[in-house]
Amino acid sequence: MVTEKDVVHIADLADIGIDAAELGTFTGQFNAILEYFDILDRVHGDGTIVRDLHNVMREDEAEPSLPQEEVLANAGADEDGFIKAPRVM
Amino acid sequence: MTGGEIIVGLEVHCQLDTKSKLFCGCSTDYRDDGPNTHVCPICLGLPGSMPVLNRRAIEYAIRVAKALDCTVIQESEFSRKNYFYPDLDKAYQITQYDKPLAEGGYLEIEGDDGRERRVQLTRIHVEEDPGRLVHMGNAERGRYSLVDYNRAGIPLIEIVTEPDMRSPKEARRFLNKLRATLEYLAVFDSEKEGSLRVDANISIKGSERVEIKNITSYKGVEKALTFEVTRQKNLIRRGHAVNRETRHFLEARGITQSARSKEQEHDYRYFPEPDLRPLHVQSWVPDITLPELPDARRERFMAQYGCSLNHARTLTGDLRLANFFETVVAGDPKGLSSLAATWTADTLIGELNYRDVSLDALDAASFSALLTLLKNGTITDKSGIEVLRVMLDQRLRGEPADTPNAIVDRMGVRKITATLHPAHKSIPSGNVPDPVTAAISDVLKEQQKAVEDYRGGKKEAFNFLVGQVMKKTRGCADPAELNRLLAEELKKET
Amino acid sequence: MAARQITFEPDDRYHAFLTVCRKAPHGDGKLTSVAIAVKDNISTQGIETTCASKILKGYIPPYDAHAVTLLKGAGAAIAGKTNMDEFGMGTTTENSAYGPTLNPCDPARVPGGSSGGSAAAVAAGMVRMALGTDTGGSIRCPAAFCGIIGLKPTYGRVSRYGLIAYANSLEQIGPMARTVSDVSLLMSVIAGHDRRDSTSYDRPYTHMPSAEIRGLKIGIPQEYFGAGVDPKVAGVVRKAIGRLEELGATTLPCNIPSMEYALAAYYVTCTSEASSNLARFDGVRYGPAADTKKPWHDAFREVRRAGFGTEIRRRIMLGTFALSSGYYGKYYAKAQVARENVRKDFARILDNVDVICGPTMPTIAFRFGEKSDPLSMYLSDILTVPVNLAGIPAISVPCGKVDGMPVGLQVMGRPFEDERVIDTAFAYEQAVKG
Repeated sequence: MVTEKDVVHIADLADIGIDAAELGTFTGQFNAILEYFDILDRVHGDGTIVRDLHNVMREDEAEPSLPQEEVLANAGADEDGFIKAPRVM
Repeated sequence: MTGGEIIVGLEVHCQLDTKSKLFCGCSTDYRDDGPNTHVCPICLGLPGSMPVLNRRAIEYAIRVAKALDCTVIQESEFSRKNYFYPDLDKAYQITQYDKPLAEGGYLEIEGDDGRERRVQLTRIHVEEDPGRLVHMGNAERGRYSLVDYNRAGIPLIEIVTEPDMRSPKEARRFLNKLRATLEYLAVFDSEKEGSLRVDANISIKGSERVEIKNITSYKGVEKALTFEVTRQKNLIRRGHAVNRETRHFLEARGITQSARSKEQEHDYRYFPEPDLRPLHVQSWVPDITLPELPDARRERFMAQYGCSLNHARTLTGDLRLANFFETVVAGDPKGLSSLAATWTADTLIGELNYRDVSLDALDAASFSALLTLLKNGTITDKSGIEVLRVMLDQRLRGEPADTPNAIVDRMGVRKITATLHPAHKSIPSGNVPDPVTAAISDVLKEQQKAVEDYRGGKKEAFNFLVGQVMKKTRGCADPAELNRLLAEELKKET
Repeated sequence: MAARQITFEPDDRYHAFLTVCRKAPHGDGKLTSVAIAVKDNISTQGIETTCASKILKGYIPPYDAHAVTLLKGAGAAIAGKTNMDEFGMGTTTENSAYGPTLNPCDPARVPGGSSGGSAAAVAAGMVRMALGTDTGGSIRCPAAFCGIIGLKPTYGRVSRYGLIAYANSLEQIGPMARTVSDVSLLMSVIAGHDRRDSTSYDRPYTHMPSAEIRGLKIGIPQEYFGAGVDPKVAGVVRKAIGRLEELGATTLPCNIPSMEYALAAYYVTCTSEASSNLARFDGVRYGPAADTKKPWHDAFREVRRAGFGTEIRRRIMLGTFALSSGYYGKYYAKAQVARENVRKDFARILDNVDVICGPTMPTIAFRFGEKSDPLSMYLSDILTVPVNLAGIPAISVPCGKVDGMPVGLQVMGRPFEDERVIDTAFAYEQAVKG
């Protein structure tokens, strides 16, 4: 059982932005889904995933990079070749 | 009252010196180029891009693991470390979490008591570097950040130690030894700016542990830890608790500061990276041939060149220095080794540090020539230092570099001796006195009182007379010979 | 070389397309000048790629997905980008931020999802073939609901490079068309190793479909005909399997005990991976710009609140929760154990039979707005997700109608036996063509 407070905490952890208006419905739906997930508690097995592919690697060779303009093309804002972002301090 | 024992552990991140990034083909040689010019869909984190592992990065990491006596794990894998930050292009860092490349191992360092001791390692793993953030603006114009993804995806090796170090100095010695080892292995270039970053954990026995994140210089590590030791001991002395927390080191001010609490609560939600496949690289270990490492080279320097332990430690503690030394003495190891050891380890390093230049400032051939002059007694030690300084300053100023011989002649510091003076050799009758004998003669005439004092039993008067002769010969007289000749002259008059 | 192009001006009354390339260039090859629709979560150089989300509005990829490069190399013309459930999360294409796609068989009903746009474009005859993607049924479901053919290849057989990730360990790009031959042809172009995808295998596809299935052993899992399945749908599918028996195949009942928790394992896994994959959409490098006047976390949260639909935010939160400290063992780790059990169940059954058959979906296409509760929506994936968990190939081929709406027969096979799965579908298709 998760409470609305738990849902707020998860939304914070995920920086996902959830309104107060949505909180009640979200919590209800969340709980229903988590209750469904409880069936996993009954699962047994050691869970080692058999992977037949390993050591997939490439040689250490430099390849052309994107031109700076293309790197900046989709960015919201740029300055002197840097990409602009909200402040982190 | 706690025992006051200091406990230090380190997490060291070093950039591996590969040609391309860890998960894409972008060139790692970005330092001289503009921002965002070494970026591709993968290291920019464009949706739909996928990582592909650089084989050489793993080879380098295994080389390090073998050199440090770690156990390479049978199956290791990459994991995602999830957190949100603009310099993290995918909002997760591909790293290794519960299945790192190698575990265990150790590095031997010189302990505070002068004896060699082992710092145990916990693990070694490989991960990618995030991009670089520059903070801009001010309170009026508004603050924002600028991001450069050139560094995003550079391969890092992370070496985690057990809390085995007992002082900030030991921590610094550990880092120096680690740096040297990685350079000997040719997997790391310490001259590249920002190529090494350290997180340090420190506690005073009985109190909580403090983490200091992201120290970017070797000296910074010792400074930060020294500050912390003082800060924590002060808290304890005043009866306060040391809070378990993360702090940042402010290099310019030499202090550590508490990080904002949000960063301390990170839940990274690690899970295995689904776009990569596991590594089975334990079988690579036997095929790796290690080069001669610092400790072995140190032993060899002592055996082959007769270096003292201290000199050998200093010389082999840096790859370039060790190579320099061996090049310098190569032409005449018997004749030059002893001189070269002292002059390189004690004198040259000091002069380089004073000028804040690296070993690149001087070529081995010129230094060797200088040492040969010293070996042959052509100049005194004191003059030798003067000549060395001229040599370094010329190169520093970008002036044409004179040979040591030319400098000696220009400065006029070729040693004057009675026995070695050319005049002495070419005038069989000895009627023209050499400058040394002449100077002694003059001084004895001029300094009658001192002569009487000496004959009266005052030993200091002898030193005074030596000094006067040195002055007259402008420091060029050979000290040992001068002492002998002066003593003989003084005996004569009696 | 003179640029050749086709003119593509479809009557898109079903809203199958988000972007139409009216003048679509093409080269030469197996698919010369064939107009192909590409689902909008597959990167196309120079063509807006949104995943039907607001958070990628205006994003123009500077590179092509590997599958797109291969299409172009075969001479195909990229006709446009098709509508989908936002980021692949959904079973009806109702979760598109740009409006739903209608089912050409009945515009009051959903086309299925998440590749609803691709399915509708093919079903309505706007294009001959389309690329879709399948994470938990997203090719097979719309193929079944719209009455066309869709193949989810063996995991790793088609490169995911350029596919905007929803759940990396589950999804594949796959072909959709009105005939099995065309699905096979498209598969032959896109399958094969890509060194840029570390999970891809070197298994090209060069098969010509064969209708010869005498001696084929078909497993009939009781879980596929059980309580959650509409009896009318089950009936139509049983008849279709009867047709296969007439062609010389034999059937064997079988059990998949891990079906009990397969859906839970699927949703824990895909939401966990999605929560990580979707964290990069912060409005800094692409997408509508973050407000650089705000502090980082505020701006980031704002971008996500505005850019992601409700279902996306719900799944991101579920995934964040499932991976979080204290819950990882209960959810994500357990889901991987469950998943391995599913794989083992299928491997065990496919030791005794060659293919497994059943309905693709438990019902016919729903009406718009019919599935408003998220959990009941998830439950409709019950017959498709086990295939993704096991990584095996599966196809949906139309096999009849219920209440005027198409029903899909699902054929599942051993890893890398996509050829046999296609043959089974081909045999059925040719038999009923008559």
